[in-house]
Amino acid sequence: MPFNVETQYVRFPSLLLDCGITLFDLQVAYETYGTLNERATNAILILHAFSGDAHAAGMSLETGQPGWWASMIGPGLGIDTDRYFVICSNVLGGCRGTTGPSTVNRQNGERYGMNFPVITIADMVRLQKMLIDSLGIRKLLAVTGGSMGGMQALQWAVAYPEAVAAAIPIASTARHSAQQIAFNEVGRQAVMADPDWNNGDYYDGKPPARGLAVARMVGHITYMSDASMRDKFGRRLRDKDAFGFDFSVDFEVESYLRYRGSQFVNRFDANSYLYITKAMDYFDLAQGKASLAAAFDSTQARFLAISFTSDWLYPTYQSLEIVSALRGRNVNVAFCELRANYGHDSFLLENRQQAEMVSGFLKSVEEDLARQ
Amino acid sequence: MTKSEGAALRTSLMERKDYLMIAEIVTQGARVLDLGCGEGELLAWLRENKRVDARGVEISGEKVQKAIARGVSVFQGDIDQGLKDYPDNAFDFVILSQTLQEMRFPLGVLTEMLRAGKRAIVSFPNFGHYTVRFSHLISGRAPRTELFPFDWYDSPNLHFLTVEDFVALCRKQSWTIERQVCLGRAGEVRFCRNLLTEVAVFSICRG
Repeated sequence: MPFNVETQYVRFPSLLLDCGITLFDLQVAYETYGTLNERATNAILILHAFSGDAHAAGMSLETGQPGWWASMIGPGLGIDTDRYFVICSNVLGGCRGTTGPSTVNRQNGERYGMNFPVITIADMVRLQKMLIDSLGIRKLLAVTGGSMGGMQALQWAVAYPEAVAAAIPIASTARHSAQQIAFNEVGRQAVMADPDWNNGDYYDGKPPARGLAVARMVGHITYMSDASMRDKFGRRLRDKDAFGFDFSVDFEVESYLRYRGSQFVNRFDANSYLYITKAMDYFDLAQGKASLAAAFDSTQARFLAISFTSDWLYPTYQSLEIVSALRGRNVNVAFCELRANYGHDSFLLENRQQAEMVSGFLKSVEEDLARQ
Repeated sequence: MTKSEGAALRTSLMERKDYLMIAEIVTQGARVLDLGCGEGELLAWLRENKRVDARGVEISGEKVQKAIARGVSVFQGDIDQGLKDYPDNAFDFVILSQTLQEMRFPLGVLTEMLRAGKRAIVSFPNFGHYTVRFSHLISGRAPRTELFPFDWYDSPNLHFLTVEDFVALCRKQSWTIERQVCLGRAGEVRFCRNLLTEVAVFSICRG
C-alpha cells in the first residue's frame, strides 16, 4: 500500500571532516517511516547508493514519486514499517537537500562549487550519527544499504560499534577496487571535459549536461549485466528497420542510455557527482589497520552480507572478503549470493528472496536484543 | 532437555534420528557451528530452545536463503571454506551431521573441526550394519539398503566407514570420545554396536 511521506530537514552547527576542514551550518534532508517505540529500540537506518536520496519509501508528497527502495520498505515488506522506525537521509555532498557543493555557503553567500571540501564515507556517517542522536536514538537495530549504502553500513558498524546491533551490506565492498575507481574516473573526466563545467562554477549559467549525461551512461552500463542488456535490448533497432548509416540513434540500447543520461541531468548536480564518487574511491575500511579483520576488532554487530551472481561491478568476492574478515574475528555473519540477472541493479529491484532474508534476519536480531 | 522440548524436536526433526542426540549433547547458551546445515532446522531449534549462538555453513544457495529467513546465521560456501577463516576455539561445538562420509578428506575436516571448536559432534551412517553386510555378501554388488539407498554411480557417499573405523581413528589421533550414541532400528544399541547401529553420534575433543 502506498503511503505519503514528506522530506524533513534538520540543521547542525558544524562537522569536522577527515580532510581536517570543518564545515559549518549543515543541513540534512531525511525521511522517516513507521513509529519509534518507547525505548527507541526499533530504529533502522537506510543508507542510499551513489545517486539515491532521502526518499527511500512511500509516495513523496512533493513529487508523487515512489521511494527508491519502495519494494523493500513499507507495511508488511522486508523492512516492515509496521514493526520498525525507518530513517533515510541524503548523504553529505549530495544534491537532494543535504549540504553539498551546490549548497550556498552562508559564510560568503556563494555556492560552494569546487570550494567544497573533499569528503569521505566516514564523514557521511558522522553526519548521519548526528541525525540519529538528534532523533533520540542511542542504538540502531540495523543499518543497511546497497553499493555505497553498504559501505556506509560497514563504516557505521566500525565507527560506532555501540550504536549498531546489526549491519546488512548488500552488493557492496570494504574497499573500492582499481576497476571501480577506473569507472568513477571515466565519469569524472566526462564531467570535467565539458566546457560548461567551468571548474565547477556553473550554477549561474548552463550546467555541464553533456558531460554528466555521458558519465551517467557509463554508470548505467556498469549497473546492468550482459544478460540483462541482451534481454532488454538485444540488437533491436530504434524506430527503424535498417541502419541509418549516420550517427543518429540506431539501436534501442543507444536510445535508452541517452534517455537515462539526459534524465539524470535534471535531478543530479555534476559537482556532487565528482565529490561522491571520490568519497567512494577513497573508501578502504582497512586503511590504517593491520588487516581488514582488524578493522572489525571492536564491532559488536551481527552482519548479513548479500551479493548477486550477475553483479560484475561489486562482485561476490568483495562480499566474501568482508565475510572472511568478520569470521576471522569470530563475528556472527550470515552470507548469501542470490541468483539474479540484473547485475548490480539487482538489489534495488523487487526481490522476494532478499526481502525474506532481511526480514528473518531482523527478527532474529530483535530476539537477540530481547535476550540481553 | 525438558519433555516438551524433546517432543517438539521429535515432531519437527522426525526424519533425522541423530538430531535428537545432537540436541541433547549441545549445552545451553553454547556457541555452535553446524557444517552442512541445510535449511537450518537443527540450528533454529537449538537457538530457540537452548539459546545457543547458532551459525551454519551450507553450499546450496536456496537452503541458505531459507535458513537466513528463519533467523539462523548461515554462510553460503563449502565446508572447508566454512571452517578455515575462524580462529582457534571459536566454537563450543562444531557439528557435522551425516556428512562425514561425503567429505573428500574426512581427516582434514575433523582436524579443522577440532581446531575451530572445542568439541566436534559427528554423526554418520554405519556401513557395518548387518543389512549392508548381507546385501553385499549375497548380491556380490555394491550394497543398496535403506541406509545406503544410492547406486554406486549416483551416490554422494565417498567413504564407507563403520562405527569401529571411527573409534579406531579417534584412538590413532588421540582424540577423546566423550559421548557416543549408537542408534539402531529399535532405539539405542547396547551390544554388537558395529552390526546393529544404523546411525552413530560421537562427541569428541582433542587429547
